Amino acid sequence: MAGYFELFWSFFKIGSFTLGGGFAMIPLMEKELVLRKQWLSKEEFLDLLSVSQAMPGVFAVNMATSIGYRLRGKRGAIMSVLGNILMPILTILFLAIFIRYFRDNAVVESIFKGIRPCVVALIAAPVFTMAKNSGLTWQNCWIPLVAAALIWLLGISPVLIIIVAGAGGFIYGRIKDRKEASA
Amino acid sequence: MIFWKLFYTFCKIGIFNFGGGYAMIALIQNEVVEKQAWMTAQEFTDIVAVSQMTPGPIGINVATYAGYTAVVNAGYDPWLGVAGAFLASFSVILLPFILMLLLAHYLLKHKDNRDLKNIFSTLRITVLGLIAAAALLLATPANFGSLSQSPLQFYLSLAIFAIVFLLSLKKKISPILLILLSGAVGGIVYGMC
Repeated sequence: MAGYFELFWSFFKIGSFTLGGGFAMIPLMEKELVLRKQWLSKEEFLDLLSVSQAMPGVFAVNMATSIGYRLRGKRGAIMSVLGNILMPILTILFLAIFIRYFRDNAVVESIFKGIRPCVVALIAAPVFTMAKNSGLTWQNCWIPLVAAALIWLLGISPVLIIIVAGAGGFIYGRIKDRKEASA
Repeated sequence: MIFWKLFYTFCKIGIFNFGGGYAMIALIQNEVVEKQAWMTAQEFTDIVAVSQMTPGPIGINVATYAGYTAVVNAGYDPWLGVAGAFLASFSVILLPFILMLLLAHYLLKHKDNRDLKNIFSTLRITVLGLIAAAALLLATPANFGSLSQSPLQFYLSLAIFAIVFLLSLKKKISPILLILLSGAVGGIVYGMC
């Protein structure tokens, strides 16, 4: 059985060595938890993965929570999450403090001037790459378009958009079901 | 009191984030830049850049860095900034963590529930709009330079944006490499002019 410290250590390794965000952790988690430690079957792993994706929050942290909980209860969940985020938090904090000291340096500013449009492009691109697997069609593409316009032009809160969209999806599904039932 | 606001804001960001790291960047951007004005769009963009180059989930990295910046920008001691960093990352995971413990079991049993499926499929396409809005809100003169005041920066920024955007659509190129290359171009061109 997985010990608390073993759980912490496994997730510490996974969190410390993945560049490129939460989804990049999936293959590492599978290798460490399913193949090496054999704490979970492949099927269990995929089940927890789909739940972690559906739940709100940070995907990698949800994975750590659900896997830690499955293996060693609440404390296991806490140890797994701590292990997963400790190194990333310390690394980014160190850089945050460091960069602040060099913010007025001309070379640093030149480098960031080059990086800023790159970052905006890196945020814009997933709109199109994610669209492929999101179920976007000609019939429903007005939803993201209206959402973007409301936030960008009218300053509507994205949180409000999420609430309305979730409720809308629920009601639309119910209406569709009723129509199909009566037809 | 900024710490209470940080706690509340990042709790909200955590619980309303459906759709991964980029959706979370969009939510954080809207709260910390547009609504609370804790930092400029430029500062936020720099935070995202650094967050993509360091290990770990991007949502955690951006929350930590933004928490630090918000507190230090408000005029507090850098050590309180460190507290702000921990508070922001703690808050962003708090509610999803509790929800996960309470609901994971239920969700596993009911993962084919029609209502849940309808809600999630609508949210999946809606977050595309959220991310698009974040990109649009970050495409400012502060990040790109302005045509009248700094034409060189403006045109070079457009070129970098277009190249990175097209390369990212092909997916295989690492964002870290793209950030490093853009930084090198900036360092060389702006350093010499």
